[in-house]
Amino acid sequence: MDANLVQEAIQNVNFSAIMPSLVLSVFGMVLLLVSVFSQRGKTTPIAWLSFIALVITGIVTLSGWNNPQAGFAGSVLLDNFATFFNMICIIAAALTILMSDNYLKREGYPVGEYYALILFTTAGAMWMASGTDLMTIFLGLEVLSVSLYVLAGFFRDQTRSNEAGLKYFFLGAFSTGFLLYGVALLYGVTGTTKIHGIAEYVAANSAASSNIMFIAGGMLLLTGFLFKVAAAPFHMWTPDVYQGAPTPITAFMSAGPKAAAFAAFIRVTMVALESMQADITAVFWVLAVLTMTAGNFIALSQKDIKRMLAYSSISHAGYALVGLVAWNEIGYTGIMFYMLVYTFMNMGAFAVLVLIGKKGEDNLTVDGVKGMGYKRPVLAIALSIFLLSLMGMPPTAGFAGKFYIFAAAVKSGYIWLAVIGVLNSAVSLYYYLRVMVSMYFKDAEEDFSWAVMNTGTAISIVIAIAGVLLLGVLPGPVMEMAKLAGF
Amino acid sequence: MISVHHYLLLSAILFSIGTLGVLTRKNAIVIFMCIEVMLNSVNLTFIALSKHVGNMDGQIFVFFVMTVAAAEAAVGLALMIAFFKNKESIEVDDFNMLKW
Repeated sequence: MDANLVQEAIQNVNFSAIMPSLVLSVFGMVLLLVSVFSQRGKTTPIAWLSFIALVITGIVTLSGWNNPQAGFAGSVLLDNFATFFNMICIIAAALTILMSDNYLKREGYPVGEYYALILFTTAGAMWMASGTDLMTIFLGLEVLSVSLYVLAGFFRDQTRSNEAGLKYFFLGAFSTGFLLYGVALLYGVTGTTKIHGIAEYVAANSAASSNIMFIAGGMLLLTGFLFKVAAAPFHMWTPDVYQGAPTPITAFMSAGPKAAAFAAFIRVTMVALESMQADITAVFWVLAVLTMTAGNFIALSQKDIKRMLAYSSISHAGYALVGLVAWNEIGYTGIMFYMLVYTFMNMGAFAVLVLIGKKGEDNLTVDGVKGMGYKRPVLAIALSIFLLSLMGMPPTAGFAGKFYIFAAAVKSGYIWLAVIGVLNSAVSLYYYLRVMVSMYFKDAEEDFSWAVMNTGTAISIVIAIAGVLLLGVLPGPVMEMAKLAGF
Repeated sequence: MISVHHYLLLSAILFSIGTLGVLTRKNAIVIFMCIEVMLNSVNLTFIALSKHVGNMDGQIFVFFVMTVAAAEAAVGLALMIAFFKNKESIEVDDFNMLKW
Protein backbone atom coordinates (compact mmCIF):
# COMPACT_ATOMS: atom_id res chain seq x y z
CA MET A 1 0.00 0.00 0.00
CA ASP A 2 1.14 3.51 -0.80
CA ALA A 3 2.79 5.17 2.21
CA ASN A 4 0.90 8.41 1.55
CA LEU A 5 -2.42 6.61 1.68
CA VAL A 6 -1.54 5.10 5.04
CA GLN A 7 -0.46 8.52 6.27
CA GLU A 8 -3.75 10.02 5.14
CA ALA A 9 -5.77 7.27 6.73
CA ILE A 10 -4.02 7.79 10.06
CA GLN A 11 -4.61 11.53 9.91
CA ASN A 12 -8.28 10.90 9.31
CA VAL A 13 -8.60 9.02 12.58
CA ASN A 14 -9.75 11.46 15.23
CA PHE A 15 -10.57 9.77 18.50
CA SER A 16 -11.95 12.92 20.06
CA ALA A 17 -14.86 12.64 17.60
CA ILE A 18 -15.96 9.38 19.24
CA MET A 19 -14.60 10.01 22.73
CA PRO A 20 -17.95 9.85 24.63
CA SER A 21 -18.96 6.54 23.11
CA LEU A 22 -15.41 5.24 23.46
CA VAL A 23 -15.41 5.96 27.20
CA LEU A 24 -18.80 4.32 27.53
CA SER A 25 -17.79 1.19 25.59
CA VAL A 26 -14.64 0.74 27.68
CA PHE A 27 -16.68 1.08 30.87
CA GLY A 28 -19.20 -1.40 29.49
CA MET A 29 -16.48 -3.99 28.94
CA VAL A 30 -15.00 -3.35 32.39
CA LEU A 31 -18.45 -3.85 33.89
CA LEU A 32 -18.81 -7.18 32.11
CA LEU A 33 -15.51 -8.34 33.61
CA VAL A 34 -16.42 -7.05 37.07
CA SER A 35 -19.75 -8.82 36.99
CA VAL A 36 -18.05 -12.09 36.08
CA PHE A 37 -15.89 -11.95 39.20
CA SER A 38 -18.42 -10.48 41.62
CA GLN A 39 -20.70 -12.58 43.75
CA ARG A 40 -24.05 -13.43 42.20
CA GLY A 41 -26.85 -11.24 43.51
CA LYS A 42 -24.55 -8.44 44.64
CA THR A 43 -25.23 -5.94 41.87
CA THR A 44 -25.51 -2.67 43.80
CA PRO A 45 -21.80 -1.78 43.33
CA ILE A 46 -22.09 -2.58 39.62
CA ALA A 47 -25.14 -0.34 39.31
CA TRP A 48 -23.32 2.56 40.96
CA LEU A 49 -20.19 1.91 38.88
CA SER A 50 -22.26 2.15 35.71
CA PHE A 51 -23.85 5.34 37.03
CA ILE A 52 -20.38 6.81 37.61
CA ALA A 53 -19.43 5.75 34.08
CA LEU A 54 -22.38 7.73 32.76
CA VAL A 55 -21.47 10.78 34.84
CA ILE A 56 -17.90 10.69 33.48
CA THR A 57 -19.23 10.28 29.94
CA GLY A 58 -21.56 13.20 30.54
CA ILE A 59 -18.62 15.40 31.56
CA VAL A 60 -16.61 14.26 28.51
CA THR A 61 -19.61 14.95 26.27
CA LEU A 62 -20.28 18.41 27.69
CA SER A 63 -16.62 19.37 27.39
CA GLY A 64 -17.05 18.95 23.62
CA TRP A 65 -19.76 21.63 23.46
CA ASN A 66 -18.94 24.32 20.88
CA ASN A 67 -15.90 22.32 19.81
CA PRO A 68 -17.07 20.26 16.83
CA GLN A 69 -14.86 17.32 15.91
CA ALA A 70 -14.99 15.49 12.60
CA GLY A 71 -13.18 12.25 12.10
CA PHE A 72 -12.83 8.98 10.24
CA ALA A 73 -12.92 10.50 6.75
CA GLY A 74 -16.07 12.45 7.46
CA SER A 75 -18.16 9.56 8.75
CA VAL A 76 -18.46 10.94 12.31
CA LEU A 77 -19.20 14.53 13.25
CA LEU A 78 -19.46 15.34 16.95
CA ASP A 79 -21.07 18.76 16.67
CA ASN A 80 -23.39 20.53 19.10
CA PHE A 81 -26.35 18.74 17.53
CA ALA A 82 -24.85 15.35 18.33
CA THR A 83 -23.71 16.51 21.77
CA PHE A 84 -27.23 17.61 22.65
CA PHE A 85 -28.70 14.25 21.70
CA ASN A 86 -25.83 12.43 23.40
CA MET A 87 -26.71 14.22 26.62
CA ILE A 88 -30.35 13.14 26.28
CA CYS A 89 -29.23 9.53 25.89
CA ILE A 90 -26.89 9.79 28.87
CA ILE A 91 -29.63 11.27 31.06
CA ALA A 92 -32.04 8.54 29.97
CA ALA A 93 -29.51 5.80 30.69
CA ALA A 94 -28.58 7.29 34.07
CA LEU A 95 -32.23 7.50 35.18
CA THR A 96 -32.76 3.91 33.99
CA ILE A 97 -29.83 2.61 35.98
CA LEU A 98 -30.93 4.47 39.11
CA MET A 99 -34.37 2.86 39.05
CA SER A 100 -33.12 -0.61 38.08
CA ASP A 101 -31.22 -2.00 41.04
CA ASN A 102 -34.12 -2.64 43.40
CA TYR A 103 -36.39 -3.58 40.53
CA LEU A 104 -34.05 -6.33 39.33
CA LYS A 105 -33.76 -7.73 42.84
CA ARG A 106 -37.53 -7.74 43.26
CA GLU A 107 -38.06 -9.53 39.95
CA GLY A 108 -35.25 -11.99 40.75
CA TYR A 109 -32.67 -11.14 38.09
CA PRO A 110 -29.83 -9.35 39.89
CA VAL A 111 -27.15 -9.69 37.21
CA GLY A 112 -24.45 -7.32 36.06
CA GLU A 113 -24.77 -7.76 32.27
CA TYR A 114 -27.90 -5.67 32.42
CA TYR A 115 -25.92 -2.53 33.22
CA ALA A 116 -23.23 -3.27 30.64
CA LEU A 117 -25.93 -3.71 28.00
CA ILE A 118 -27.46 -0.34 28.91
CA LEU A 119 -24.05 1.28 28.45
CA PHE A 120 -23.59 -0.42 25.06
CA THR A 121 -27.05 0.70 23.99
CA THR A 122 -26.14 4.27 24.90
CA ALA A 123 -22.86 4.02 22.99
CA GLY A 124 -24.79 2.83 19.92
CA ALA A 125 -27.24 5.70 20.33
CA MET A 126 -24.29 8.10 20.35
CA TRP A 127 -22.92 6.71 17.09
CA MET A 128 -26.34 7.21 15.60
CA ALA A 129 -26.56 10.81 16.76
CA SER A 130 -23.06 11.72 15.59
CA GLY A 131 -22.95 9.65 12.39
CA THR A 132 -22.74 11.52 9.12
CA ASP A 133 -22.27 8.40 7.04
CA LEU A 134 -25.15 6.00 6.57
CA MET A 135 -22.68 3.25 7.47
CA THR A 136 -22.00 4.78 10.90
CA ILE A 137 -25.69 5.41 11.47
CA PHE A 138 -26.48 1.81 10.53
CA LEU A 139 -23.81 0.43 12.86
CA GLY A 140 -24.97 2.66 15.72
CA LEU A 141 -28.56 1.63 15.11
CA GLU A 142 -27.64 -2.04 15.22
CA VAL A 143 -25.46 -1.81 18.33
CA LEU A 144 -28.39 -0.06 19.98
CA SER A 145 -31.02 -2.48 18.68
CA VAL A 146 -29.19 -5.73 19.37
CA SER A 147 -28.53 -4.67 22.97
CA LEU A 148 -32.16 -3.65 23.34
CA TYR A 149 -33.43 -6.99 21.98
CA VAL A 150 -31.58 -8.68 24.82
CA LEU A 151 -32.76 -6.15 27.40
CA ALA A 152 -36.40 -6.43 26.29
CA GLY A 153 -36.24 -10.21 26.65
CA PHE A 154 -34.10 -10.03 29.76
CA PHE A 155 -36.40 -11.93 32.14
CA ARG A 156 -35.88 -15.21 30.41
CA ASP A 157 -38.23 -17.24 32.60
CA GLN A 158 -41.14 -14.87 31.99
CA THR A 159 -43.02 -15.66 28.80
CA ARG A 160 -44.14 -12.05 28.59
CA SER A 161 -40.59 -10.75 28.49
CA ASN A 162 -39.54 -13.46 25.98
CA GLU A 163 -42.39 -12.48 23.77
CA ALA A 164 -41.52 -8.78 23.94
CA GLY A 165 -37.90 -9.52 23.05
CA LEU A 166 -38.84 -11.76 20.13
CA LYS A 167 -41.41 -9.35 18.72
CA TYR A 168 -38.95 -6.50 18.99
CA PHE A 169 -36.27 -8.62 17.37
CA PHE A 170 -38.37 -9.68 14.39
CA LEU A 171 -39.82 -6.28 13.62
CA GLY A 172 -36.51 -4.53 14.29
CA ALA A 173 -34.60 -6.85 11.95
CA PHE A 174 -37.36 -6.58 9.36
CA SER A 175 -37.19 -2.78 9.40
CA THR A 176 -33.39 -2.92 9.21
CA GLY A 177 -33.82 -4.78 5.93
CA PHE A 178 -35.83 -1.87 4.50
CA LEU A 179 -33.38 0.69 5.82
CA LEU A 180 -30.45 -1.14 4.26
CA TYR A 181 -32.13 -1.59 0.91
CA GLY A 182 -32.78 2.16 0.90
CA VAL A 183 -29.12 2.85 1.65
CA ALA A 184 -28.07 0.51 -1.16
CA LEU A 185 -30.28 2.25 -3.72
CA LEU A 186 -29.12 5.72 -2.65
CA TYR A 187 -25.55 4.49 -2.93
CA GLY A 188 -26.25 3.20 -6.44
CA VAL A 189 -27.44 6.61 -7.61
CA THR A 190 -24.95 8.86 -5.82
CA GLY A 191 -21.91 6.59 -5.41
CA THR A 192 -21.50 7.48 -1.75
CA THR A 193 -23.04 6.67 1.62
CA LYS A 194 -22.01 9.93 3.30
CA ILE A 195 -25.05 12.08 3.88
CA HIS A 196 -23.27 15.30 2.91
CA GLY A 197 -21.86 13.53 -0.14
CA ILE A 198 -25.37 12.52 -1.20
CA ALA A 199 -26.57 16.12 -0.79
CA GLU A 200 -23.62 17.44 -2.84
CA TYR A 201 -24.17 14.90 -5.60
CA VAL A 202 -27.87 15.79 -5.89
CA ALA A 203 -27.03 19.52 -5.88
CA ALA A 204 -24.58 18.97 -8.74
CA ASN A 205 -26.81 16.58 -10.73
CA SER A 206 -30.36 17.81 -10.41
CA ALA A 207 -31.62 14.89 -12.52
CA ALA A 208 -30.76 12.54 -9.64
CA SER A 209 -33.58 13.80 -7.44
CA SER A 210 -36.20 12.62 -9.93
CA ASN A 211 -34.42 9.30 -10.49
CA ILE A 212 -36.80 6.52 -9.51
CA MET A 213 -34.02 4.63 -7.75
CA PHE A 214 -33.19 7.70 -5.64
CA ILE A 215 -36.82 8.25 -4.66
CA ALA A 216 -37.36 4.56 -3.87
CA GLY A 217 -34.13 4.50 -1.86
CA GLY A 218 -35.08 7.60 0.10
CA MET A 219 -38.54 6.27 0.89
CA LEU A 220 -37.21 2.85 1.98
CA LEU A 221 -34.65 4.54 4.22
CA LEU A 222 -37.34 6.70 5.79
CA THR A 223 -39.54 3.63 6.29
CA GLY A 224 -36.75 2.06 8.30
CA PHE A 225 -36.48 5.16 10.48
CA LEU A 226 -40.25 5.45 10.92
CA PHE A 227 -40.23 1.88 12.26
CA LYS A 228 -37.59 2.82 14.81
CA VAL A 229 -39.36 5.94 16.08
CA ALA A 230 -42.67 4.00 16.17
CA ALA A 231 -44.68 6.23 13.84
CA ALA A 232 -48.01 4.95 12.53
CA PRO A 233 -48.57 2.82 10.50
CA PHE A 234 -45.31 1.20 11.62
CA HIS A 235 -46.12 1.33 15.33
CA MET A 236 -47.60 -2.16 15.82
CA TRP A 237 -44.62 -3.54 17.72
CA THR A 238 -44.51 -0.72 20.29
CA PRO A 239 -47.39 -1.59 22.67
CA ASP A 240 -46.46 -5.27 22.91
CA VAL A 241 -42.76 -4.63 23.41
CA TYR A 242 -43.28 -1.79 25.89
CA GLN A 243 -45.73 -3.82 27.93
CA GLY A 244 -43.69 -7.01 28.04
CA ALA A 245 -40.20 -5.56 28.60
CA PRO A 246 -38.86 -4.88 32.11
CA THR A 247 -40.29 -1.51 33.20
CA PRO A 248 -36.99 0.45 33.42
CA ILE A 249 -36.10 -0.81 29.94
CA THR A 250 -39.48 0.33 28.64
CA ALA A 251 -38.73 3.76 30.06
CA PHE A 252 -35.29 3.74 28.49
CA MET A 253 -36.51 2.57 25.07
CA SER A 254 -39.12 5.28 24.90
CA ALA A 255 -36.59 8.04 25.67
CA GLY A 256 -32.92 7.47 24.83
CA PRO A 257 -32.91 5.27 21.73
CA LYS A 258 -35.92 7.11 20.35
CA ALA A 259 -34.09 10.45 20.71
CA ALA A 260 -31.07 8.98 18.92
CA ALA A 261 -33.29 7.66 16.14
CA PHE A 262 -34.79 11.13 15.77
CA ALA A 263 -31.29 12.64 15.63
CA ALA A 264 -30.27 10.43 12.71
CA PHE A 265 -33.73 10.85 11.19
CA ILE A 266 -33.44 14.67 11.23
CA ARG A 267 -29.92 14.64 9.81
CA VAL A 268 -30.71 12.19 7.04
CA THR A 269 -33.99 13.84 6.05
CA MET A 270 -32.87 17.45 6.21
CA VAL A 271 -29.40 16.98 4.67
CA ALA A 272 -29.27 13.92 2.43
CA LEU A 273 -32.87 14.00 1.20
CA GLU A 274 -33.30 17.77 1.10
CA SER A 275 -34.11 17.62 -2.60
CA MET A 276 -37.23 15.58 -1.78
CA GLN A 277 -38.52 18.12 0.73
CA ALA A 278 -41.90 18.69 -0.97
CA ASP A 279 -42.71 14.97 -1.17
CA ILE A 280 -41.41 14.16 2.28
CA THR A 281 -43.36 16.91 4.04
CA ALA A 282 -46.53 15.86 2.20
CA VAL A 283 -46.10 12.25 3.35
CA PHE A 284 -45.05 13.18 6.88
CA TRP A 285 -48.02 15.53 7.26
CA VAL A 286 -50.31 12.53 6.85
CA LEU A 287 -48.12 10.27 8.99
CA ALA A 288 -47.90 12.83 11.80
CA VAL A 289 -51.69 13.13 11.93
CA LEU A 290 -52.08 9.33 11.76
CA THR A 291 -49.49 8.77 14.49
CA MET A 292 -50.92 11.33 16.90
CA THR A 293 -54.48 10.19 16.36
CA ALA A 294 -53.84 6.45 16.43
CA GLY A 295 -51.71 6.73 19.57
CA ASN A 296 -54.17 8.88 21.48
CA PHE A 297 -57.37 7.13 20.48
CA ILE A 298 -56.16 3.59 21.12
CA ALA A 299 -54.71 4.72 24.46
CA LEU A 300 -58.23 5.70 25.54
CA SER A 301 -59.32 2.10 25.85
CA GLN A 302 -56.23 0.73 27.64
CA LYS A 303 -56.41 -0.66 31.16
CA ASP A 304 -52.76 -1.55 31.63
CA ILE A 305 -50.80 1.63 32.48
CA LYS A 306 -47.60 0.46 30.78
CA ARG A 307 -49.53 -0.27 27.60
CA MET A 308 -51.33 3.04 27.86
CA LEU A 309 -47.98 4.85 28.14
CA ALA A 310 -46.78 2.87 25.10
CA TYR A 311 -49.64 4.27 23.02
CA SER A 312 -48.98 7.68 24.51
CA SER A 313 -45.35 7.39 23.40
CA ILE A 314 -46.62 6.71 19.87
CA SER A 315 -48.66 9.89 19.97
CA HIS A 316 -45.63 11.82 21.29
CA ALA A 317 -43.59 10.53 18.34
CA GLY A 318 -46.38 12.04 16.24
CA TYR A 319 -45.92 15.44 17.91
CA ALA A 320 -42.19 15.24 17.19
CA LEU A 321 -42.93 14.41 13.54
CA VAL A 322 -44.88 17.68 13.35
CA GLY A 323 -41.58 19.44 14.00
CA LEU A 324 -40.05 17.56 11.07
CA VAL A 325 -42.93 18.48 8.77
CA ALA A 326 -42.34 22.16 9.61
CA TRP A 327 -38.82 21.71 8.17
CA ASN A 328 -37.39 24.87 9.73
CA GLU A 329 -35.01 25.74 12.52
CA ILE A 330 -37.67 25.99 15.22
CA GLY A 331 -38.94 22.62 14.00
CA TYR A 332 -35.82 20.62 14.65
CA THR A 333 -34.74 22.59 17.72
CA GLY A 334 -38.30 21.98 18.93
CA ILE A 335 -37.80 18.23 18.45
CA MET A 336 -34.51 18.38 20.36
CA PHE A 337 -36.16 20.23 23.23
CA TYR A 338 -39.17 17.93 23.17
CA MET A 339 -37.02 14.80 23.29
CA LEU A 340 -35.24 16.13 26.38
CA VAL A 341 -38.53 17.04 28.04
CA TYR A 342 -40.06 13.71 27.10
CA THR A 343 -37.07 11.91 28.64
CA PHE A 344 -37.71 13.57 31.99
CA MET A 345 -41.50 13.25 32.09
CA ASN A 346 -41.83 9.76 30.68
CA MET A 347 -38.96 8.25 32.64
CA GLY A 348 -40.29 9.90 35.79
CA ALA A 349 -43.69 8.30 35.25
CA PHE A 350 -42.10 4.91 34.71
CA ALA A 351 -39.92 5.35 37.80
CA VAL A 352 -43.08 5.71 39.89
CA LEU A 353 -44.56 2.65 38.18
CA VAL A 354 -41.40 0.69 39.02
CA LEU A 355 -42.03 1.45 42.70
CA ILE A 356 -45.75 0.68 42.83
CA GLY A 357 -45.52 -2.58 40.87
CA LYS A 358 -45.55 -5.91 42.68
CA LYS A 359 -43.45 -8.83 41.48
CA GLY A 360 -44.70 -9.72 38.01
CA GLU A 361 -46.36 -6.30 37.70
CA ASP A 362 -49.91 -7.51 37.19
CA ASN A 363 -51.17 -4.69 39.41
CA LEU A 364 -50.06 -1.88 37.11
CA THR A 365 -53.55 -1.17 35.82
CA VAL A 366 -55.78 1.86 36.12
CA ASP A 367 -57.79 0.01 38.80
CA GLY A 368 -54.61 -1.16 40.49
CA VAL A 369 -53.69 2.38 41.62
CA LYS A 370 -57.07 3.01 43.29
CA GLY A 371 -56.73 5.23 46.31
CA MET A 372 -52.98 5.52 46.06
CA GLY A 373 -53.23 9.29 46.53
CA TYR A 374 -53.91 8.82 50.25
CA LYS A 375 -51.78 5.79 50.97
CA ARG A 376 -48.65 6.98 49.19
CA PRO A 377 -49.14 10.75 48.74
CA VAL A 378 -45.58 11.57 47.62
CA LEU A 379 -45.56 8.96 44.87
CA ALA A 380 -49.04 9.97 43.75
CA ILE A 381 -48.08 13.65 43.54
CA ALA A 382 -44.94 12.75 41.56
CA LEU A 383 -46.94 10.61 39.14
CA SER A 384 -49.53 13.39 38.81
CA ILE A 385 -46.83 15.93 37.89
CA PHE A 386 -45.45 13.63 35.20
CA LEU A 387 -48.92 12.89 33.81
CA LEU A 388 -49.78 16.62 33.75
CA SER A 389 -46.57 17.24 31.86
CA LEU A 390 -47.37 14.45 29.39
CA MET A 391 -50.75 16.11 28.84
CA GLY A 392 -48.99 19.39 28.11
CA MET A 393 -50.29 21.45 31.03
CA PRO A 394 -48.50 24.70 31.88
CA PRO A 395 -46.26 25.32 33.81
CA THR A 396 -44.75 21.89 33.20
CA ALA A 397 -42.16 21.22 30.53
CA GLY A 398 -44.61 19.28 28.39
CA PHE A 399 -46.41 22.53 27.62
CA ALA A 400 -43.24 24.35 26.55
CA GLY A 401 -42.20 21.40 24.37
CA LYS A 402 -45.52 21.19 22.56
CA PHE A 403 -45.63 24.98 22.24
CA TYR A 404 -42.34 25.13 20.32
CA ILE A 405 -43.29 22.27 18.02
CA PHE A 406 -46.71 23.64 17.13
CA ALA A 407 -45.25 27.14 16.76
CA ALA A 408 -42.81 25.74 14.19
CA ALA A 409 -45.71 24.17 12.28
CA VAL A 410 -47.65 27.44 12.29
CA LYS A 411 -44.59 29.36 11.15
CA SER A 412 -44.24 27.11 8.11
CA GLY A 413 -47.93 27.55 7.33
CA TYR A 414 -49.19 24.16 8.57
CA ILE A 415 -51.96 25.67 10.67
CA TRP A 416 -54.29 22.71 10.35
CA LEU A 417 -51.55 20.36 11.47
CA ALA A 418 -51.06 22.46 14.61
CA VAL A 419 -54.83 22.50 15.20
CA ILE A 420 -55.04 18.71 14.88
CA GLY A 421 -52.09 18.42 17.26
CA VAL A 422 -53.75 20.58 19.89
CA LEU A 423 -57.04 18.70 19.54
CA ASN A 424 -55.09 15.47 20.01
CA SER A 425 -53.59 16.81 23.22
CA ALA A 426 -57.13 17.47 24.41
CA VAL A 427 -58.07 13.86 23.69
CA SER A 428 -55.04 12.68 25.63
CA LEU A 429 -56.33 14.47 28.75
CA TYR A 430 -58.92 11.74 29.16
CA TYR A 431 -56.64 8.78 29.60
CA TYR A 432 -54.01 10.57 31.68
CA LEU A 433 -56.71 12.01 33.96
CA ARG A 434 -58.28 8.57 34.33
CA VAL A 435 -55.17 7.42 36.21
CA MET A 436 -55.29 10.49 38.44
CA VAL A 437 -59.00 10.06 39.12
CA SER A 438 -58.35 6.46 40.09
CA MET A 439 -55.58 7.56 42.45
CA TYR A 440 -57.48 10.34 44.20
CA PHE A 441 -61.22 9.73 43.86
CA LYS A 442 -61.54 5.97 44.35
CA ASP A 443 -61.41 4.13 47.66
CA ALA A 444 -58.26 2.22 48.33
CA GLU A 445 -58.56 -1.57 48.23
CA GLU A 446 -54.95 -2.16 49.15
CA ASP A 447 -52.49 -0.52 51.50
CA PHE A 448 -49.57 -0.20 49.04
CA SER A 449 -47.23 -1.37 51.80
CA TRP A 450 -44.85 -2.76 49.17
CA ALA A 451 -44.33 0.62 47.52
CA VAL A 452 -41.32 1.71 49.53
CA MET A 453 -38.90 4.38 48.27
CA ASN A 454 -35.29 3.40 47.76
CA THR A 455 -32.30 5.67 47.18
CA GLY A 456 -31.79 5.07 43.46
CA THR A 457 -35.40 5.41 42.40
CA ALA A 458 -35.89 8.40 44.70
CA ILE A 459 -32.95 10.18 43.06
CA SER A 460 -34.29 9.44 39.58
CA ILE A 461 -37.77 10.72 40.50
CA VAL A 462 -36.29 13.90 42.01
CA ILE A 463 -34.12 14.52 38.92
CA ALA A 464 -37.10 13.95 36.65
CA ILE A 465 -39.36 16.32 38.64
CA ALA A 466 -36.62 18.97 38.67
CA GLY A 467 -36.24 18.57 34.90
CA VAL A 468 -39.97 18.77 34.24
CA LEU A 469 -40.52 21.86 36.39
CA LEU A 470 -37.32 23.75 35.51
CA LEU A 471 -37.73 23.23 31.77
CA GLY A 472 -41.37 24.21 32.11
CA VAL A 473 -40.73 27.48 33.94
CA LEU A 474 -37.43 28.39 32.29
CA PRO A 475 -37.27 26.77 28.85
CA GLY A 476 -35.16 29.66 27.49
CA PRO A 477 -31.58 28.57 28.26
CA VAL A 478 -32.00 25.02 26.98
CA MET A 479 -33.85 26.26 23.93
CA GLU A 480 -30.94 28.64 23.25
CA MET A 481 -28.59 25.67 23.50
CA ALA A 482 -30.70 23.75 21.01
CA LYS A 483 -30.61 26.74 18.65
CA LEU A 484 -26.80 26.82 18.87
CA ALA A 485 -26.82 23.19 17.88
CA GLY A 486 -27.61 23.68 14.23
CA PHE A 487 -25.91 21.35 11.79
CA MET B 1 -24.07 -10.37 -21.23
CA ILE B 2 -25.13 -9.94 -17.62
CA SER B 3 -25.42 -6.25 -16.75
CA VAL B 4 -25.95 -4.47 -13.44
CA HIS B 5 -29.68 -4.43 -14.21
CA HIS B 6 -29.87 -8.18 -14.00
CA TYR B 7 -28.28 -8.14 -10.58
CA LEU B 8 -30.61 -5.39 -9.41
CA LEU B 9 -33.62 -7.30 -10.71
CA LEU B 10 -32.48 -10.51 -9.01
CA SER B 11 -31.90 -8.73 -5.72
CA ALA B 12 -35.27 -6.98 -5.94
CA ILE B 13 -36.95 -10.35 -6.47
CA LEU B 14 -35.05 -11.87 -3.55
CA PHE B 15 -35.97 -8.91 -1.34
CA SER B 16 -39.63 -9.30 -2.24
CA ILE B 17 -39.53 -13.04 -1.53
CA GLY B 18 -38.00 -12.31 1.86
CA THR B 19 -40.57 -9.64 2.67
CA LEU B 20 -43.47 -11.84 1.63
CA GLY B 21 -42.05 -14.69 3.68
CA VAL B 22 -41.83 -12.54 6.81
CA LEU B 23 -45.42 -11.43 6.33
CA THR B 24 -46.96 -14.86 5.60
CA ARG B 25 -44.94 -17.52 7.43
CA LYS B 26 -45.89 -18.73 10.90
CA ASN B 27 -42.72 -20.40 12.13
CA ALA B 28 -40.27 -18.07 13.88
CA ILE B 29 -37.20 -19.75 12.39
CA VAL B 30 -38.57 -19.57 8.85
CA ILE B 31 -39.36 -15.88 9.42
CA PHE B 32 -35.80 -15.39 10.58
CA MET B 33 -34.52 -17.12 7.42
CA CYS B 34 -36.66 -14.77 5.35
CA ILE B 35 -35.10 -11.77 7.10
CA GLU B 36 -31.68 -13.19 6.23
CA VAL B 37 -32.77 -13.50 2.58
CA MET B 38 -33.71 -9.81 2.69
CA LEU B 39 -30.33 -8.84 4.14
CA ASN B 40 -28.46 -10.94 1.58
CA SER B 41 -30.41 -9.43 -1.30
CA VAL B 42 -29.25 -6.05 0.04
CA ASN B 43 -25.68 -7.37 0.02
CA LEU B 44 -26.07 -8.42 -3.60
CA THR B 45 -27.39 -4.95 -4.46
CA PHE B 46 -24.43 -3.34 -2.74
CA ILE B 47 -21.86 -5.45 -4.55
CA ALA B 48 -23.47 -5.01 -7.98
CA LEU B 49 -23.75 -1.26 -7.47
CA SER B 50 -20.22 -1.02 -6.08
CA LYS B 51 -18.93 -2.47 -9.36
CA HIS B 52 -21.29 -0.17 -11.27
CA VAL B 53 -20.35 3.15 -9.60
CA GLY B 54 -16.71 2.15 -9.37
CA ASN B 55 -15.77 2.54 -5.71
CA MET B 56 -15.31 0.16 -2.80
CA ASP B 57 -17.72 1.71 -0.28
CA GLY B 58 -20.48 -0.71 -1.15
CA GLN B 59 -18.31 -3.77 -0.69
CA ILE B 60 -17.13 -2.52 2.69
CA PHE B 61 -20.75 -1.96 3.68
CA VAL B 62 -21.41 -5.63 2.90
CA PHE B 63 -18.86 -6.73 5.49
CA PHE B 64 -20.63 -4.64 8.12
CA VAL B 65 -24.02 -6.03 7.12
CA MET B 66 -22.70 -9.59 7.43
CA THR B 67 -21.15 -8.89 10.84
CA VAL B 68 -24.35 -7.32 12.12
CA ALA B 69 -26.44 -10.18 10.70
CA ALA B 70 -24.27 -12.64 12.61
CA ALA B 71 -24.74 -10.71 15.85
CA GLU B 72 -28.47 -10.54 15.23
CA ALA B 73 -28.60 -14.27 14.57
CA ALA B 74 -26.90 -15.00 17.89
CA VAL B 75 -29.31 -12.81 19.84
CA GLY B 76 -32.38 -13.87 17.88
CA LEU B 77 -31.77 -17.60 18.24
CA ALA B 78 -31.08 -17.14 21.97
CA LEU B 79 -34.40 -15.35 22.37
CA MET B 80 -36.15 -18.13 20.46
CA ILE B 81 -34.60 -20.79 22.70
CA ALA B 82 -35.72 -18.88 25.82
CA PHE B 83 -39.23 -18.67 24.42
CA PHE B 84 -39.24 -22.33 23.44
CA LYS B 85 -38.22 -23.36 26.96
CA ASN B 86 -41.30 -21.65 28.37
CA LYS B 87 -43.88 -22.39 25.71
CA GLU B 88 -42.58 -25.52 23.90
CA SER B 89 -43.33 -23.80 20.61
CA ILE B 90 -41.90 -21.21 18.26
CA GLU B 91 -45.00 -20.67 16.16
CA VAL B 92 -45.82 -16.96 16.00
CA ASP B 93 -49.46 -17.78 16.77
CA ASP B 94 -48.24 -18.65 20.26
CA PHE B 95 -46.88 -15.13 20.78
CA ASN B 96 -50.20 -14.32 22.38
CA MET B 97 -49.53 -13.10 25.91
CA LEU B 98 -49.47 -9.44 24.93
CA LYS B 99 -52.50 -8.03 23.24
CA TRP B 100 -55.31 -5.69 23.99
